[in-house]
Amino acid sequence: MLSEELVDLSRLQFAITAMYHFLFVPLTIGMTWILVIMESAYVMTGKTIYKDMTRFWGKLFGINFALGVTTGITMEFQFGTNWAYYSHYVGDIFGAPLAIEGLMAFFLESTFIGLFFFGWDRLSRKQHLLVTILMAVGTNLSALWILIANGWMQNPVGAEFSYVTMRMEMVDFWAVLFNPDAQAKFVHTVSAGYVTGAMFVLSISAFYLLRGRDVEFARKSFRIAAAFGFASICSVIVLGDESGHPVGEAQQTKLAAMEAMWETEPAPAGFNLIAIPNEAEMKNDFAIEIPWVMGIIGTRSLDQQIPGIKEIREKNRERILSGQIAVGALEKLRKNPADAETKALFEQHVGDLGFGLLLKKYVVDVGTATPEMIEKAVADTIPRVAPLFWTFRLMVGFGFLMLALFGAALWYSIKGNFADKPWLLRAALWMLPVPWLSCELGWFVAEYGRQPWTIYGVLPTHMSVSTLSVGSLYGSLAGFVGFYTLLLVVEMYLMVRFAKQGPGSLGTGRYDNEYAHA
Amino acid sequence: MLFDYPTLKLIWWLLVGVLLVGFAIMDGHDMGVGTLLPFVGKDDVERRIVINTVGPHWDGNQVWFITGGGAIFAAWPLVYATAFSGFYWAMLAVLWALFFRPVGFDYRSKINNPTWRQTWDWGLFVGGAVPPLIFGVAFGNLFQGVPFHFADNLMPYYTGSFWALLNPFALLCGVVSTAMITFHGAIYLMHRTEGAVQRRTQTAMLVFGSLLLLGFSAAGIWLWQGIDGYAIVSAVDAGALPNPLDKEVIRQPGAWLANYDKAPLTMVLPALAYAGTLAAMLLAVNRATLAAFVASSLAIVGVIGTAGASLFPFVMPSSTDLRSGLTVWDSVSSQLTLNIMLWATLIFMPLIIAYTGWAYKVMAGKVTAAYIRENDHAAY
Repeated sequence: MLSEELVDLSRLQFAITAMYHFLFVPLTIGMTWILVIMESAYVMTGKTIYKDMTRFWGKLFGINFALGVTTGITMEFQFGTNWAYYSHYVGDIFGAPLAIEGLMAFFLESTFIGLFFFGWDRLSRKQHLLVTILMAVGTNLSALWILIANGWMQNPVGAEFSYVTMRMEMVDFWAVLFNPDAQAKFVHTVSAGYVTGAMFVLSISAFYLLRGRDVEFARKSFRIAAAFGFASICSVIVLGDESGHPVGEAQQTKLAAMEAMWETEPAPAGFNLIAIPNEAEMKNDFAIEIPWVMGIIGTRSLDQQIPGIKEIREKNRERILSGQIAVGALEKLRKNPADAETKALFEQHVGDLGFGLLLKKYVVDVGTATPEMIEKAVADTIPRVAPLFWTFRLMVGFGFLMLALFGAALWYSIKGNFADKPWLLRAALWMLPVPWLSCELGWFVAEYGRQPWTIYGVLPTHMSVSTLSVGSLYGSLAGFVGFYTLLLVVEMYLMVRFAKQGPGSLGTGRYDNEYAHA
Repeated sequence: MLFDYPTLKLIWWLLVGVLLVGFAIMDGHDMGVGTLLPFVGKDDVERRIVINTVGPHWDGNQVWFITGGGAIFAAWPLVYATAFSGFYWAMLAVLWALFFRPVGFDYRSKINNPTWRQTWDWGLFVGGAVPPLIFGVAFGNLFQGVPFHFADNLMPYYTGSFWALLNPFALLCGVVSTAMITFHGAIYLMHRTEGAVQRRTQTAMLVFGSLLLLGFSAAGIWLWQGIDGYAIVSAVDAGALPNPLDKEVIRQPGAWLANYDKAPLTMVLPALAYAGTLAAMLLAVNRATLAAFVASSLAIVGVIGTAGASLFPFVMPSSTDLRSGLTVWDSVSSQLTLNIMLWATLIFMPLIIAYTGWAYKVMAGKVTAAYIRENDHAAY
């Protein structure tokens, strides 16, 4: 059996490196379209200021992009280095979108980003705009394929287990591609990226306006960010609601946990605005409930029930017992593939194989699992409620806060007097970190909410890791933390420095703060 | 159109080879330039010249590495799982060395401070020199067999240590690989520079080209005389569902050269390594640098092709549990996945080559001191 410490360290390393990577990704995703908008304005109007906007915001985009690339390399290889059994077990399905991402999207993005920065004097205006658009398309396609891969972890469609190869195998590529979980996740996630890009431009422009610097440049940037940001935050909220619509079982479990819904309530269920979940007794010590809302959001109906945690647990107990038979049969079948009777038994229970594997955390020979072990495995099937309940509410709260900000920013942009509203500019400046916090909280809900699985219902997290020594994990974890801290310090230093200097850093002679090349 | 399973397994062996060669040619010349950077650029302007020869392209070229990783994940999941977790510290060393590249390229010239810039120059050196060294060492270990085995449920267990990877033969392979990449980078750099930088680079090119020829010959002799190969002795059913435990393997002196007897045409590969390197050296000295780049690319095809053809059908033999050794027949994905991935590659690879070519065309020409001065704020 794999030690719990090894599993926990592997999870911690993945969580740290993934969440760190996602500090840079959303800004890249959002900025690409903002650059396209600015450069389109340049090509259409011929006004140099739009070119300068594209170049200056592009410069900040580049500083961010460098770390996105750096930390992305880790992600592409970490499945192999630290999640070897996972890679073997689901590589047949999971590897394909990652490889196609490289071929279809990342090559496009990375090749054209070079021309975006260096091609200004060598390309016609229209050619350069095309380069910028292709860079944006590549970036967004990249997100699509990664989220198809991630969506499959939440809702593993289009695949079957093969006892000969001991792994999941793809049977329907289109099902993997058009997985409703993946599609909802994609639009929600890229929209969150657009919001991040918009907030970045909005905040820094507000900073210039508050200082009375580079006013024309900042005004134009602010308006673009306000309009783009408002559209994007609406999309995040509407499509986030769509991804809360539970299509698969994984989402049902996640939904019940993040709503602290212990009981299956008569339809339409109420929504716990605030609650103090009590995991030990499986109830809420305190709750403020809004009637009907949960049922309507979750089922789009007034009469369908949403299963509560207790009901899900009961179903899972049955699946674990059935899975126990599947694991036993599989182990026999591996020794004697010709045994037709065992094969029939296995095929009857193969759908619950993953649930049987949950017992492997407690016992090697799952056939000998005690009732206590089975109870523990049942309890494992529900992620911890309180962290999900609160992170989800915080994320949603931030979403509505940003809706208010972008709403006000757009309103006063249309009226044309936003630059005379210091409260608005200050709010925009101080809310700069909010989209990043929301993105990280969102990923926490998505990934923590899928536990104890790496692939819902198929492969438990504790079986997915590489058989490395705990010492190796401590070493690599220390290395990643050290490198990433150093890189973050360097990146923030440059970002703050160039953001503060503003468009003067282009050295065109047209802006404030035009000191000699630092 | 869908291909049958044995054909697909062979095609994917070739395609992984193509991706590896593509990586070595494209990302390789950037890495070679990085390795040479502190030595051929004597002042800041010269170093910026060197960096800007690859400035617009390194990022796109690095995707060969990322896509190579993704393709191995998709096509050879067992290799991806076993090799990357087994070679854990070697992989991390590659990743951490690569960290220096994006930040080194993008951040170096944003601050005009000699210490800052020199630090990133050495960072780019590490990012250029360490990955090819480690890839070479890894290949050297593949020839000797890697200490790993599978449990019944195909959970891979690696039982060696990181330090055992650094044995003399593997280190020699590391030298060959680094020499090849640096040589190739030097030729690219000669193509894009002039004057003093080009002269210094020529010296480096001749040194690394000679080192490549010597190292490649030495490794070949060593492989022939001193390293036992591996051979499958049970019947191979190429169309079977992949199961690496379902075969019998023996260790045998000279087995790594057996393919050259069986298919004499494969002798073209080592010949290409020699001919390509020699031709590239000659052409570069005569300033036919573009032709030299083609020749050194062919040399890379020869060197990597020689390694692949010698190992075939093995990808990663096991030294401790011989039957666990991974081959092109039994470490692959399902037929459906291989088919889908093949079509994805056939559709997108020509597009990638086309727009990459266009990007090089747009940025073509020598990078000069005047260019750096005029683009002080925008260039790397």
